[in-house]
Amino acid sequence: MHLTNPQLNDHGELIHLLSLDGLSREIIHDILDRAVPFTAMAECAVKKLPLLRGKSIFNLFFENSTRTRTTFEIAAKRLSADVINLNINTSSAAKGETLLDTVDNLAAMQADMFVVRHASSGAPYLIAQHLATTGRNHIHVVNAGDGSHSHPTQGLLDMYTIRHYKRDFTQLTVALVGDILHSRVARSQLHALVTLGVPEIRLVGPKTLLPAAAARMIEKGPLRVCHDITEGLKGADVVMTLRLQNERMQGALLPSPQEYFKSYGLTPEKLALAKPDAIVMHPGPMNRGIEIDSAVADGKQAVILPQVTFGIAVRMAVMSMLAGGGQ
Amino acid sequence: MRIEIKNGRVIDPASGLDCAAGVFIAGGVIVGVGETAPDSFTAEGVIDATGCIVCPGLIDLSARLREPGFEYKATLESEMAAAAAGGVTRLVCPPDTDPPLDEPGLVEMLKHRARQPGFAHVHPVGALTVGLAGQRLTEMAELAEAGCIAFGQADVSVVDTKVLLRAMQYAATFGFPVWLQAQDAHLARGGVAHDGAIAARLGLAGIPVVAETVALATYLQLAGETGGRLHIRRLSSAAGLELVRAAKAAGLPVTCDITTQHLHLCDRDIGFFDAQARLDPPLRSARDRAALAAGLADGSIDVLCSDHTPVDDDAKQLPFEEAEPGATGLELLLPLTLAWASAAQLPLASALARITSDPARILGLDKAGCGRLAVGSPADLCVFDPATRFTVSRERLKSQGKNTPFLGRELSGEVRYTLIDGHLAYTAAL
Repeated sequence: MHLTNPQLNDHGELIHLLSLDGLSREIIHDILDRAVPFTAMAECAVKKLPLLRGKSIFNLFFENSTRTRTTFEIAAKRLSADVINLNINTSSAAKGETLLDTVDNLAAMQADMFVVRHASSGAPYLIAQHLATTGRNHIHVVNAGDGSHSHPTQGLLDMYTIRHYKRDFTQLTVALVGDILHSRVARSQLHALVTLGVPEIRLVGPKTLLPAAAARMIEKGPLRVCHDITEGLKGADVVMTLRLQNERMQGALLPSPQEYFKSYGLTPEKLALAKPDAIVMHPGPMNRGIEIDSAVADGKQAVILPQVTFGIAVRMAVMSMLAGGGQ
Repeated sequence: MRIEIKNGRVIDPASGLDCAAGVFIAGGVIVGVGETAPDSFTAEGVIDATGCIVCPGLIDLSARLREPGFEYKATLESEMAAAAAGGVTRLVCPPDTDPPLDEPGLVEMLKHRARQPGFAHVHPVGALTVGLAGQRLTEMAELAEAGCIAFGQADVSVVDTKVLLRAMQYAATFGFPVWLQAQDAHLARGGVAHDGAIAARLGLAGIPVVAETVALATYLQLAGETGGRLHIRRLSSAAGLELVRAAKAAGLPVTCDITTQHLHLCDRDIGFFDAQARLDPPLRSARDRAALAAGLADGSIDVLCSDHTPVDDDAKQLPFEEAEPGATGLELLLPLTLAWASAAQLPLASALARITSDPARILGLDKAGCGRLAVGSPADLCVFDPATRFTVSRERLKSQGKNTPFLGRELSGEVRYTLIDGHLAYTAAL
């Protein structure tokens, strides 16, 4: 049984970033604080720092992604690391190599960090545990999205965005709208929001897109399940819309994208139920006209593009914290 | 060979006997249990059971031997060594071999291979449908003649309920029991963990409790219709247990078992995606676990089994949802029964009944004296040290499968000697 959190060492310091579950408020704020100067750096003419010079970072993507992989790559390059991109579903996994064989081979190439995306929940844990049992804990693992489980850098950049616009977490009402059942983004946001002291979190969606135990999915979390979006959005400070994956729109989860938009799509009329200064977030890529109306996506309450910019700074903060050997 | 087991505490759950006594064996059967040897008995060999408990050999209602077809996971030799080391003298193997046990020749071969001195008695469950595909009935009468004691589908559901009704009717015609796992194939599809708070948090696809209860309700209705004997294997939920209780109260000839894993663990034990806790059916909630433990204690659940499933490391060292379900268990059946007895404060005889006399009853072998220590019973015995603690480790396990969620756990109940038909099948190295 692995009951100790494998992303922390014996001193409670972060050695991998696998999930936001079990990270303290201090560690989360520490990461966000570190990201602040990196955000400012984006304005500089020379966007380069030597913090990870000589380090090799392997982007191990067992599942396709352009956006996340690109932002990790930019973050690593701005820290002067050498970045190697591997799309595994088109290479060795197709030839029958196991996940851990791939990891062993890349570790033998003197990797310093693996940025892992995998379709199976928990895959980065398996890698981290394998590195630990084979005495290679100096190689750091960053989870870039595993199955429906976790996408911690997305969760952190979302917290950065909320902190940037709202300052204080302890007075907020946050609504998550959409496919919470399959969303690793929602799970990461929930852990962070609960840890940072948000007093009311609403999970908004139809029963088919919420876990059966949704209200209990975070221990002692102030979670409230709302199937009615008017109840879910009323007085909210932050509205987090979630992407509805194309494959969910067929089959027995939803009858049609049109009906989903009618019930749960974020339109200006529905957004008017939230506080006037509420911010609207989305992890991207957006399905306009399905989970979000263009008038909202392009409206002045949307902070969707700043999320992307902050994402690079937050990923720089995480990478430099893990592999930078302190600042 | 005539053997005397002396100085032990003899527990026979079937008769309630629990006292210091000797056990006397001749010609492969028990010829006496008591303070003094039967008249004219002279022992050729003596087993000193000082500090030990002498009980009937364990009967495991679910143990995969992996033959034929999966010899890279385990072989008859490796798993028979594990059985003997675990005090298991009789076991039932499910039909999900490769090919499945749907032809008399396969069953005869397995029985023949297993018929060796020191090997536990093997009772195969025959496939209920050809290839376990849920479409055509197997030649049940032929398979029974070859040695099958019941018919079932292992973990595979018969999706077509009309086929299931026909299969149960046909089995009932000959009085063959049907053994089924209650899991609706559609409701369980894609799931890897109990559909509760833990799966929700870990982002694992859930198998809801209704997957068990919907299937169970169907089976119970069909059993009522056909009048045949039904055994539910590997029950997992409190709600499922309630359905079985109600069916038993209504007089339906239904019995059930649970596994040692579901008796001791719950979905929380998945921890950080521990693939050793990837089991079928999934580990359910702490509340379900507590209900199963209570049901086993009060007899609503008839039998505790190991559900021994050796899995090779390559198939376990994968992300949780891709890992092959199952745990090795023959060698932990006794220690985990003792741990439960101790936690539930049960008399040892009552706890041991669930792994000796009760499974013998389900198999219909109690009348032949199996699962008990009576004069004339086959001399299948287990002599174990109830006190000394040990830690479960890969090195300790004789099974080729080293996969168990109990690795690292401290338990007691080390087997010292196992006798099968009066032959010494196992002696612990001290």
